[in-house]
Amino acid sequence: MQRTTSARGITALVAISAALLAPCTVAMAQAGDAVAAPEHGWFRTDRGALYATLVVVGIAIVVAIVRARAGHPVKIRRMPALEAVDEAIGRATEMGRPVFFIPGIQDMTDIQTVAGVTILGRVARTAAEYDAKLEVPTSRSIVMSAARDIVQAAHFEAGRPDTFDAGRINYITDEQFGYVAAVTGSMMREKPAACFYMGAFYAESLLFAENGNSIGAIQIAGTAEPSQLPFFVAACDYTLIGEEFFAASAYLSGERVQLGSIQGQDIGKILAVGLIAIGVVLGTIAAFDPGGSTETAFDNLKSLIGG
Amino acid sequence: MMQRTIPIAILCLSGAIMVAAYFISSAQSWGETVTTWFNILAAVAFVLGAGNLIAMNLEKISSQRAGWGYAAITLVSFAFMLVVGLFKIGAVPNDKHPDIHFAGSYDSAASPFGWMYDFVMSPLTATMFALLAFYVASAAFRAFRAKNTESILLLGTAFIVLLAQTAAGMFLTGWIPEESAFAFLRLDKIKAGIIEHVQTAGMRAIMIGIALGIAAMSLRLILGIDRSYLSKN
Amino acid sequence: MTNPQYIGGIRGFFARLGGIDRRWIFLAMGLSIAIPILLKLRFPEYPGPMAKATFAAVESVPEGSTVLLSFDYDPASAAELQPMANALVHHCASRNLKIVFMALWPLGKQQADRTIETVLKPLHPGYSEGTDYVQLGFQAGNEGVIKVMATNLSKQFPNDANGKPLGDIPLLKNAKDLGEFKLVASISAGYPGAKEWVQYGNGAMPDAFEVVSGSTGVQVGQLLPYYPKQMEGLLVAVKGAAEYEMLVEGKYPAANPELLGQGRVRMGPQLVAHLLMIALIVLGNIAMIAGRPRGGAR
Repeated sequence: MQRTTSARGITALVAISAALLAPCTVAMAQAGDAVAAPEHGWFRTDRGALYATLVVVGIAIVVAIVRARAGHPVKIRRMPALEAVDEAIGRATEMGRPVFFIPGIQDMTDIQTVAGVTILGRVARTAAEYDAKLEVPTSRSIVMSAARDIVQAAHFEAGRPDTFDAGRINYITDEQFGYVAAVTGSMMREKPAACFYMGAFYAESLLFAENGNSIGAIQIAGTAEPSQLPFFVAACDYTLIGEEFFAASAYLSGERVQLGSIQGQDIGKILAVGLIAIGVVLGTIAAFDPGGSTETAFDNLKSLIGG
Repeated sequence: MMQRTIPIAILCLSGAIMVAAYFISSAQSWGETVTTWFNILAAVAFVLGAGNLIAMNLEKISSQRAGWGYAAITLVSFAFMLVVGLFKIGAVPNDKHPDIHFAGSYDSAASPFGWMYDFVMSPLTATMFALLAFYVASAAFRAFRAKNTESILLLGTAFIVLLAQTAAGMFLTGWIPEESAFAFLRLDKIKAGIIEHVQTAGMRAIMIGIALGIAAMSLRLILGIDRSYLSKN
Repeated sequence: MTNPQYIGGIRGFFARLGGIDRRWIFLAMGLSIAIPILLKLRFPEYPGPMAKATFAAVESVPEGSTVLLSFDYDPASAAELQPMANALVHHCASRNLKIVFMALWPLGKQQADRTIETVLKPLHPGYSEGTDYVQLGFQAGNEGVIKVMATNLSKQFPNDANGKPLGDIPLLKNAKDLGEFKLVASISAGYPGAKEWVQYGNGAMPDAFEVVSGSTGVQVGQLLPYYPKQMEGLLVAVKGAAEYEMLVEGKYPAANPELLGQGRVRMGPQLVAHLLMIALIVLGNIAMIAGRPRGGAR
């Protein structure tokens, strides 16, 4: 029975993949030499490789989710930064000092802010359970509204609706350094015991982290800004680097279905590594054999992936 | 149920439109429309934020909480800039319509708004940014310790790049001819090699991981699997 | 690690240095920047390949062509980026290129205005607005602005910053899209900036114009993958600005060199500050080694 189900599942997958990839292949076949032309048909053939990659990665994620739902084991490695969340909030409760959560300086259109705000929900629930004061200064009005909703829901979930205080989740200013000045000033006055920096940060990352360090707070950061990661790694106790940050909300939820999606993105990584390895081998051989078939294959691979 | 269903439906629909707009030529304008709708929402939400700002700072002043003086300065500055900009006080008259007050430019350098930008806003933001220099020094002193092989490599790289970014690099190794066999020992060459190969490779690896993380998270949100951004009530 | 208070002698002194109050470090950094500025310390600069490539890219634009300069930064990054913006404007004006200014950051327009007032007008008094240069101002929308400009310039900018319709401006009355420009230069401090210009501008019209960029040091890692294929030139931080200033000043000396020498002025404090950082790192490691217990843990 299981084999029949798997066979049907695989058949369905192949059919769905073919259906999703069909527009790309048909349009590319019709476009022919017009791929490089500035005028496009109904389908952007110049983005065909990206579309195909998106479909493959998307299907891998969906398959992983379906497998997780069906009961297959999902193994995700430990993320020390997330396991330290409870410890950090507990420390703040013991010391009678607040917890600061800074969801970045971008608006809800940035996926990093969405990721930060989803982590806020988990942090807020733990803070409500431990009866710790949680402050969330925001840089955008919409983020403030979303944060208030989420923290209130977290308090309800923790069975502590009476302890929710909307006055602790405030809009400061859109201006980057005005926000930094206000938040670091609050940090110096209120001396939080735990600081969470989860979202999109730019130049202010080190200002926050060093200030937090100077007041002795335990600091957990997460961002997908590659240029700010070194500052957080140097100055914070724990850092979620890039994709770990996006996996955090799934990790903290503990739901098998969400953890399955993390497995799916790893398949995308394997695909990327595989293509890089093939490209490196072809490129190296082509360097020793210019004008040969290997160079042609290498050029074709480059134009297929790079467009 | 509707409180959760409608937001999820809006997210699914707008997510699908944004993806479609990227690949389907005729749907490109739909993506721009969705972005415009968000900008409208953000503009309206700004009123909410401004109201919260005023309320929070007034409360801080009335209850004399620590730092209430800063709250007073915030409110005075906010009111000043709002009034000066909104009513175009001191605006430079428009050449074509000198008699019409609201035709003037409120943000030209000669207007109060322009003065505040040039003599208050600019120096303040530059000052905050300049704090980074001090914090980088204290972070370097505290965090750059040679505890293991990786940190020793990091230190070596830091020394090379720090020296090569200044005249010290040329002073130390600039005498090595660029065409010689030992040109690779020049600090500027080593720095260029580190930045163009080592750093770029690491950055690309992180960016690939980030892109995949964004794809997975976006898919979870669009498919409605991850709903932690919603109230559970 | 052993408590430094219980270590005597020189070893103890260095071990205790590891816990020095950070305010002494701040003071040292303040002095290392202030003293070179007050003493006007200058050091020779040797242009590197990226500064030379940027210079060559602007030199390759035919005289009389129109270029677009996008000021994608605010006052916070002006210390790093204003010198290269000044040098770029002087370079373009010295080659009789028509300049169109715009900004993707709200405060970028003011930075462009500052450049026009402090560099373009004093050094090139013959340049007149409308025929030789235009200030389009700031437009909200991040990369959406670039996407629309790639197909329809006047849809994104119906008027210039003074409210004049594009059709009434001699320089831009026939401009349809980004293809009007032979060069697009983004002075960029983050998002949106040079990366978006490469992805959405160059990506939409690959061979229509060249792209050069000036960026802060911290984000150069994200831009390097685009150099030199999608981005012909890249100026990195104050050093890039100083090198580019040298190249521009060498071929097009300014009547008032002070206006274009800020990059080189800032290299003096940068040298001293970098040497201080190296000294601090070495001191920190000496303190760590001195604080280690001798002959096993205690």
